[in-house]
Amino acid sequence: MSPPLEPHDYIGLSAPTPSSSSCSSSPSPAAEAGPRLTLRLGLPGSESPDRDRDGPADDVAPALTLGPAPHKAASKRAFPDASPHRGCSAAARAEDKPPSAAPPAAKAQVVGWPPVRNYRKNTLAASASKAKGADDGAPHYVKVSMDGAPYLRKVDLKMYSSYEDLSMALQKMFSCFITGQSSLRKPSTKDRLTNRSNVDSLQDQEYVLTYEDKDADWMLVGDLPWDLFTTICRKLKIMRGSDAAGIVVSTLCT
Amino acid sequence: RKQKDNDTASLSTPSSPDALPAAAASPRAPPARASRRVASPGPATARAAPMGRGGARDGAAAAPPWHSLPDEVLEHAFSFLPAAADRGAAAAVCHGWLGAERRSRRRLAVANCYAAAPRDAVDRFPSVRAAEVKGKPHFADFGLVPPAWGAEAAPWVAAAADGWPLLEELSFKRMVVTDECLEMIASSFRNFQVLRLVSCEGFSTAGLAAITEGCRNLRELDLQENYIEDCSSHWLSYFPESFTSLETLNFSCLEGEVNFAVLERLVSRCRNLKTLKLNNAIPLDKVASLLRKAPQLVELGTGKFSAEYHSDLFAKLEAAFAGCKSLRRLSGAWDAVPDYLPAFYCVCEGLTSLNLSYATVRGPELIKFISRCKNLQQLWVMDLIEDHGLAVVAGSCSKLQELRVFPSDPFGAGQVLLTERGLVDVSASCPMLESVLYFCGQMTNEALITIAKNRPNFTCFRLCILEPRTPDYVTRESLDAGFSAIVESCKGLRRLSVSGLLTDLVFKSIGANGNCLEMLSIAFAGNSDLGLHYILSGCKTLKKLEIRDCPFGNKPLLANAAKLETMRSLWMSSCSLTLGACRQLAEKMPRLTVEIMNDPGRTCPVESLPDDSPVETLYVYRTIAGPRSDTPDYVQIV
Repeated sequence: MSPPLEPHDYIGLSAPTPSSSSCSSSPSPAAEAGPRLTLRLGLPGSESPDRDRDGPADDVAPALTLGPAPHKAASKRAFPDASPHRGCSAAARAEDKPPSAAPPAAKAQVVGWPPVRNYRKNTLAASASKAKGADDGAPHYVKVSMDGAPYLRKVDLKMYSSYEDLSMALQKMFSCFITGQSSLRKPSTKDRLTNRSNVDSLQDQEYVLTYEDKDADWMLVGDLPWDLFTTICRKLKIMRGSDAAGIVVSTLCT
Repeated sequence: RKQKDNDTASLSTPSSPDALPAAAASPRAPPARASRRVASPGPATARAAPMGRGGARDGAAAAPPWHSLPDEVLEHAFSFLPAAADRGAAAAVCHGWLGAERRSRRRLAVANCYAAAPRDAVDRFPSVRAAEVKGKPHFADFGLVPPAWGAEAAPWVAAAADGWPLLEELSFKRMVVTDECLEMIASSFRNFQVLRLVSCEGFSTAGLAAITEGCRNLRELDLQENYIEDCSSHWLSYFPESFTSLETLNFSCLEGEVNFAVLERLVSRCRNLKTLKLNNAIPLDKVASLLRKAPQLVELGTGKFSAEYHSDLFAKLEAAFAGCKSLRRLSGAWDAVPDYLPAFYCVCEGLTSLNLSYATVRGPELIKFISRCKNLQQLWVMDLIEDHGLAVVAGSCSKLQELRVFPSDPFGAGQVLLTERGLVDVSASCPMLESVLYFCGQMTNEALITIAKNRPNFTCFRLCILEPRTPDYVTRESLDAGFSAIVESCKGLRRLSVSGLLTDLVFKSIGANGNCLEMLSIAFAGNSDLGLHYILSGCKTLKKLEIRDCPFGNKPLLANAAKLETMRSLWMSSCSLTLGACRQLAEKMPRLTVEIMNDPGRTCPVESLPDDSPVETLYVYRTIAGPRSDTPDYVQIV
């Protein structure tokens, strides 16, 4: 898995909303401090002692782990909650998050509670999603390299639903390397990547998308159904057409 | 000098094995002064007199002979004191002993990497062969510590490379270990043998490759629950073909694939291999092959233990396990198809430790399997075992010493059939049970009182009721009575975690009865400052206190400031602390580091904030190194 999701998400990638940090002259010290890392929890209806009641805006969002994606447990506090009802707020916020097909929990999630190690949570989440074969759960990041590019990128294959989506996303990601490399403007990447039949035009094209499968072979993208592809693809490489032609031609010759 | 030695004693009391005696800077006292102090009357002197020097023949004025023993003799004597606490106590006797002890110490455990500077530790204990360093506070495991907090291993590796060239073992827990660290380890210690990394991050398989390539005498490579970046660098292949000294290989936390042929050859030629813990990338049939190559294994982690049922694969596994006569410890991430469990039956009798805490298998097959493990001492399971499963455990595993039950669905709607009943049964029938970690959805005082009565021999009792502030589900009262019974009955309790609905009264009981308590974890409990005051003014041997979401404020903290120096660390998050109190604490106690953590989005310096600013997270620890210099923006040292 990629280096700890947990610490990155803990910071909360979205900045604290200005509205909550601007409350100033409240008598409660909590409100004065701006977006406070206040955690409210407990049984619905129970009162957290000493929690300021007038600063729900300062409420740090409870963790949004719902169902089998508990590795997101540490990603919380993105949105201060305007409602004192944790239940609804959790549900509302759940919609903001990237699609997590988990059943909505009636209770809100609290950071670091119950005290289960993040490592354990992540491992169980990953095995749960693999076991179900479901599309929810852990994202499926693969590295994407491109010949001549100084660095690689990573994409989450689960974010895309088809080869077209993926190729458009890759085109955007690597456009800075593609432009300026040749004066000839190529036909759209989309056509190139998914058009398997125009083998002869590969000679003209600069880039071809290939992937590495479980046997560490480099294969041309596009032969398999998308869903199967996402499960077996381990790495992606954008090869130059001249290199890739070798692959395709040899496959055709067999 | 007496005063100084009292200070020394306070830091290196028997309950603080990690402490370095404070009197580091003072020069060695001339022997005469030492003798005046240690020449205490009493049987000790008489007993020691014949030791090698023939007694005090010269009369009353002569110093006791054992004060002037040569260092080598002292060092040899101290080599029989492996426990750090005993060595610390010996070092506190006098400067002579301090010197002899520190020069001969072989194992050093630094429980808080910021308690001392790495260079100082290396200078103080020049003969160390094995070092263990721990970094981030415990609650970092649960996501309460943001990234880049600190706890870098690099300064320790650098200091060790400089001052401990003969270092053989290194262990890091909850620290940031980089590939550069691993490279430095591989190239700095010619006899490096044991590397253990627990809950660390920051390194990749490239760093592992440096270790496997460079450490020719490696015996143990133990990677537990780390976040390792997979660079596909075939680290396993870097073990030379002539390398055969491996005894422990644990790469269960590694995400990526390893070259199986290389692994198989490695296992074949390392005839001393005792512990092998595989990751999830090794399929079942390969596990069987490995077992045939290494029937001498004592500990096996199977990695992913799941496959469709095939009778020939089953037969292969069964045969492989049948050959493993020495297998005692078993673990693995079993999405186990229950049909395969009988393949293990032949090893059940010999098992002393079973870790199924990543196994999502449930049902009668699981229970049948565990019930055959009659000699089990340590059992880690998921709550999928349910009450009736634990009842079977209670009946079958009479030698059980440690039980951990983890939640399979921590955020779910609580559909698991595990209640307090399971724990009551096990505590009633397992007379050697002394350590428990139990996650469940409900509890009653009656159950806890029964458990306390059954098992006064608990040394570690950690109960986590999943929903915060849950009362006794029968009486709707707080669980004060139950937990009080535990601390009153279990006189040897060293570690306690409480949960559920609790008032200040339980802390009164804990403070009064927790005389051996070293670590206490509190969450969502208490009503007022009094709760914290009871703890800090009681619990004589408390070392680590971690508190979250409790209504504890400034007063008990300041009133018990001196207590904090007798402890290793204090963590308080989401309580009712303000900056002013932290400032006062820092001023009053110069040998404590007072760290506060606030919202990373707000990085205005602490100096400009008023005293009544709330403090979200406080982390206080004693140190002889002064304030650390590697704090991220969101941590401020007061």
